[in-house]
Amino acid sequence: MMTTAYTPDMSLITDDVHPALGHWELPHFAEEHELPPRDGAPGQERVIQFREALREAMSEEMRRDQRIFLCGEEVAQYNGAYKVSQGMLEEFGEKRIIDTPISENGFAGMAIGAAMMGLKPIVEFMSWSFSLVAADPILNNAPKMLYMSGGQWGCPIVFRGNDGAGGQLGSTHSWCVEGLYANIPGLKMVIPSNPYDAKGLLKTAIRDPDPVFFLESERMLGDRAHVPAEEYYIPFGRARRVREGDACTLVSWGRPVNFCIEACEKLAENGIECDLLDMRTIRPLDIDSIVASLKKTGRVVVVDQSWPFGSVASETITQICEHGFDWLDSAPVRVNTRDVPTPYARGLEHAYLPNAERVVEAVLRIVEV
Amino acid sequence: MTQATSKPRNADTARLSDALPNETLLKWLYDMQLIREFEARTMQMYQQAKIGGFCHIYSGQEASAVGCTAAVNHDDPIVLAYRDHGHALARGMHPAACMAEMFGKLAGCAKGKGGSMHMFDKPNWLFGGHGIVSAQTPLGTGLAFACRYQWEVMETAKKRVCLTFLGDGAIDQGAFHEAQNLASVFGIPVIYIIENNGYSMGTAIHRHTANCDRLTMRGESYGIKSIEVDGLDIRNVYDQMKPLVDECRDLQRPGFVDLKTYRYQGHSMSDPQKYRTKDEVESFKERDSIANLAAHLMAQEDDGGRGCLTEDDWNTMQKDIRQIVMDAVAFAEQAADPDPEKELSTDTYALPMKNLSPSENYSHGTKNPLL
Repeated sequence: MMTTAYTPDMSLITDDVHPALGHWELPHFAEEHELPPRDGAPGQERVIQFREALREAMSEEMRRDQRIFLCGEEVAQYNGAYKVSQGMLEEFGEKRIIDTPISENGFAGMAIGAAMMGLKPIVEFMSWSFSLVAADPILNNAPKMLYMSGGQWGCPIVFRGNDGAGGQLGSTHSWCVEGLYANIPGLKMVIPSNPYDAKGLLKTAIRDPDPVFFLESERMLGDRAHVPAEEYYIPFGRARRVREGDACTLVSWGRPVNFCIEACEKLAENGIECDLLDMRTIRPLDIDSIVASLKKTGRVVVVDQSWPFGSVASETITQICEHGFDWLDSAPVRVNTRDVPTPYARGLEHAYLPNAERVVEAVLRIVEV
Repeated sequence: MTQATSKPRNADTARLSDALPNETLLKWLYDMQLIREFEARTMQMYQQAKIGGFCHIYSGQEASAVGCTAAVNHDDPIVLAYRDHGHALARGMHPAACMAEMFGKLAGCAKGKGGSMHMFDKPNWLFGGHGIVSAQTPLGTGLAFACRYQWEVMETAKKRVCLTFLGDGAIDQGAFHEAQNLASVFGIPVIYIIENNGYSMGTAIHRHTANCDRLTMRGESYGIKSIEVDGLDIRNVYDQMKPLVDECRDLQRPGFVDLKTYRYQGHSMSDPQKYRTKDEVESFKERDSIANLAAHLMAQEDDGGRGCLTEDDWNTMQKDIRQIVMDAVAFAEQAADPDPEKELSTDTYALPMKNLSPSENYSHGTKNPLL
């Protein structure tokens, strides 16, 4: 076959990253014990909001790499609909912090084209609910580009925004897209539950050469915690043990992790200590840590804020059955949102979502007291 | 019919393409004939079930791909719809890589993972054929956005433009309207080339789009410089495209082209073509772009031609091309199939990790033959 004059510099290609991406600088992905302490030294805490942690991650990476830009509705002059990108326009200018029209299909597709051409876009969806009108570019193009080009072009891009019920927003604005989108090979999916992880995981997402779907929650953006000023990268596919116990394994990700913490506290009052795992990423899914915990507890409850049918919870439980069947002392249990469109009324919405009471009830169903 | 209505130009009028050397126009003739011949064999191979899936033939539209490509630089990105074999060849993809892809072979341009509708060629800045109608229009806008960004923000590249090809069926999709709006608001150097062959699959243009006689109004309504081009005359395509490309490059602005053309074959290989008459097809074949260019190159200068091609030269060129395409078919026939063990789960992730999938252990796979 005829060869062309184009000769990529193969010496720059690392073993880790596909040749399609050429030279790609991967950060050091720390093991859990190498990460900076989650709690600041007494009196030295640096308590910031979840949204500030996200901003810090983006800004640190943008200072390092000019290929990165942020685009989305109201991210620039308005300072972000949820103030995640506050002040970034001032620092990086309008060529890198870009207000888009309300045109998700258009700007998501545009960003994917830019990623193919060698840039590293961060696309903010004001809500992942709005990503549904961009389904073709984000599902049919971004995750498949490397494959259908036979390894010629990848798509290094981060899509991020609010996922899940925001508080009486009604049916169309309360989507949990993980149930739909996690189905698709070629993408990675990250769902942080706290400010510390949000920073470390978003930095990793930006440095990752694959399309990363980063799901935040409007209800957590104001959460405050110690976040180290230093740079750190939390590796994908490593769950964090939030609480240690041997009565039951609790598996969750994103906002429901906080419901699980509340549930664990209530259960502990009755002497039931749960092993709580925060998965942090859905693709990859750290099934190894789940099985390791299961060997200790023999019981598992999976808490997922998306609908139950064909959900990430069902996938997790399937994998638990495949890899940990012998250690199960009872059938795995899932706690999802109820299987109806998201209601508006406060009381209905509360009953619809997973919450601490429902988690407690699920654990009590399978734990022998 | 609303196709290709512009009048033949006066032979005395100076044309931009007249300043080009004979070799350039001979290359155009060669490339157009290569596409014509390639597509003839493609149909044959499809009928023999050597090629599967959907397959869309470009015959009749050659002047568009070759003429538009001639108006840009090699490092100006191009993105396409699914009727993409012609552009791939015009951009310089080896016919064997293109044919092998349709045969689903590892030596194909996408290692047999793309197929007829997904011709990608990185060394030739060809960002793929795309299967979903109009999906490539936001992508092309993004390619051009990156071109401007690399020039303006990163200062690592000179000014470039992106050619984004779409059919007239694609102009009805919302994605295209969103793309045009973004391109105009942001000042993005993307040129949308509507290869207007008069049919959205089997639906004639007056039945699928409003104001079909004045498509340029669409572009203009977004503040985009918009032109109409007789796409059957390749010299005319170049004459009109080159100034538009230069302007869009210089001003970093988008462009819109209603390029009137005609496809000789059905929408895809499975199209019985009940929606048009044989007479209509024949009337366009009388204005065939390849025959016309050959006639121009053979005519003497006194007759407004170039006199740089003899009947014998032309026959030899056609014979050579026939052989090249036969070789491409032979190459594709004997090329190895991708081994499912080795190739099925490769090229899915650029950075594979453990536990990404319950069924796959991803890896990188063999290097793409074009890289």
